[in-house]
Amino acid sequence: MTIDLKTVKHISKLARISTDEKKANKLANDLNSIFKFIEALNELDTEKVEPLTSIADTKLRLREDKFEANNIRDKILKNSPDENKDYFVVPKVVE
Amino acid sequence: MSDITKLSLNELIKNIRNKKLSSTEITNSFIERSEKSKKLNTYVTDNFSNALAAAKIFDEKPNMDLKLPGIPIAVKDLFCTNGVRTTAGSNILNNFIPPYESTVTQSMWDEGAILLGKLNCDEFAMGSSNETSFFGNVQNPIGENLVPGGSSGGSSAALAANLTPVTIGTDTGGSIRQPASFTGTVGLKPTYGSCSRYGIVAFASSLDQAGPMSQNVKDAALLLEVISKFDNKDSTSIDFKRNKYSSELTNNIKGLKIGIPNEYRVEGMPKEIEDLWKTGIEIIKDCGAEIVDISLPNTKYALPTYYIVAPAEASSNLARYDGVKYGFRSEGENLIDMYEKTRSEGFGEEVKRRILIGTYVLSSGYYDAYYLKAQKVRQLIKKDFDNVYNNVDAILTPSTPSSAFKIGEKTDDPVSMYLNDIFTVPVNLAGLPGISIPTGIDNKGFPLGLQIIGKPFDEQTILNIAYSMEEKINFKNDITDWWM
Repeated sequence: MTIDLKTVKHISKLARISTDEKKANKLANDLNSIFKFIEALNELDTEKVEPLTSIADTKLRLREDKFEANNIRDKILKNSPDENKDYFVVPKVVE
Repeated sequence: MSDITKLSLNELIKNIRNKKLSSTEITNSFIERSEKSKKLNTYVTDNFSNALAAAKIFDEKPNMDLKLPGIPIAVKDLFCTNGVRTTAGSNILNNFIPPYESTVTQSMWDEGAILLGKLNCDEFAMGSSNETSFFGNVQNPIGENLVPGGSSGGSSAALAANLTPVTIGTDTGGSIRQPASFTGTVGLKPTYGSCSRYGIVAFASSLDQAGPMSQNVKDAALLLEVISKFDNKDSTSIDFKRNKYSSELTNNIKGLKIGIPNEYRVEGMPKEIEDLWKTGIEIIKDCGAEIVDISLPNTKYALPTYYIVAPAEASSNLARYDGVKYGFRSEGENLIDMYEKTRSEGFGEEVKRRILIGTYVLSSGYYDAYYLKAQKVRQLIKKDFDNVYNNVDAILTPSTPSSAFKIGEKTDDPVSMYLNDIFTVPVNLAGLPGISIPTGIDNKGFPLGLQIIGKPFDEQTILNIAYSMEEKINFKNDITDWWM
């Protein structure tokens, strides 16, 4: 199978990555060569194989719902791209 | 002492404990040498002045009972360090200062180590040559314009150039072992679940592991002992009884059975690699271990499986970089436009490629054909190892299909770059421990490594095998300081 320009644009949209025509063409080429390589898996009959979903054979642990990080609010907000000491700021979303 | 930076970790510790060297002297030596080695581009962010201050504090009231007393160590820039910029080699995290510390690095500081700086790496650890880093290529100290391997390329280069006595990297598909092999150093990827992933910038969560990189096996054992521990903050951390890796290290491997997998004789493998492997087999026999031919029939499906599983997990993990709470932001006309521009400009080409592969294989209509299929093949690959481990204690393979290549040589062809990890990827898929040790050189004089793969949680055995082999190989890195 091949990945066409339309598909590249569709998955770029899903992944929230803007892409122009030139880049999309290049990506389509790259992705096709990668998927050609990936398609070797189709040789294998995996009908009766259980998928491996986790390599660590452990149950998820429960813990008390308490926080340990103290007073890092300012440090966290300092990393925010749009400066504001009280909130994260984003472009207007409601008209 | 003239050449402090050439001393191994264990030698430095001995000198500190005997009071022959102070932490300040040692830290100063590594800083001076690092300052003269900027051409290698190993550091993304240095922590030199803080390191000197910490060394002074250590020297005033030294605690020699600690495992890493006053030892300065630079780490891969994928570990979050409290108050010190952490970029993951990406523009999107260019200005990110973590308000918390990764468990693995915290364990090192708790044992007396001092942060020297943050080392360059492929962007989000996606690469095999350190060429995808937003902060530029790293030079391999082995020779000019050679890649240091990747993704822990800044780590391997800094270590081989004696800019840090040891370092830690992360390994998702070979990112510790391949750069170790390319720079004539030792690199160990522990069993999945050994070292906490808390505070490590995530790439592919079911594959990522942190591990030690060092000049010799004994140093790797000591550093592993410090960083391998159960951690409640990582839900996949495993609570098993860890060995005292350094004190239990032995060169007695008599009677161990070492498997040689037929399927690792890949098509087009250079004769030098084949010869190196044979040398390794002879050394193992010399050490009194037994060689057993084994078969891992699904080996050739490991890379294709990896290039579904890893990008799928990456596309989910990297969804968090949206320009809202931290990191780079590109202004847009509205929220969606801001997301799209931020991610398009913030991520480099390889990262975007992998996000798109991941998005595609997880998208409606393709999930079963790709992602589910890959999870099933991953099961087969793991079963291959389970089967052979009924008969052998460990497996010996080459670490890489070639020595270090030229900068720029493989950047145009993603698939040929991916083939670098052909011998290391199966180990991550099966969650096993693996170590690469320098074993010889090729006809260009560049180092080549061999990989020893162990049973789950049996780091001690692969360390012992590596330690026994190392004694007989007696590898010496030929580094001329050409960059100075």
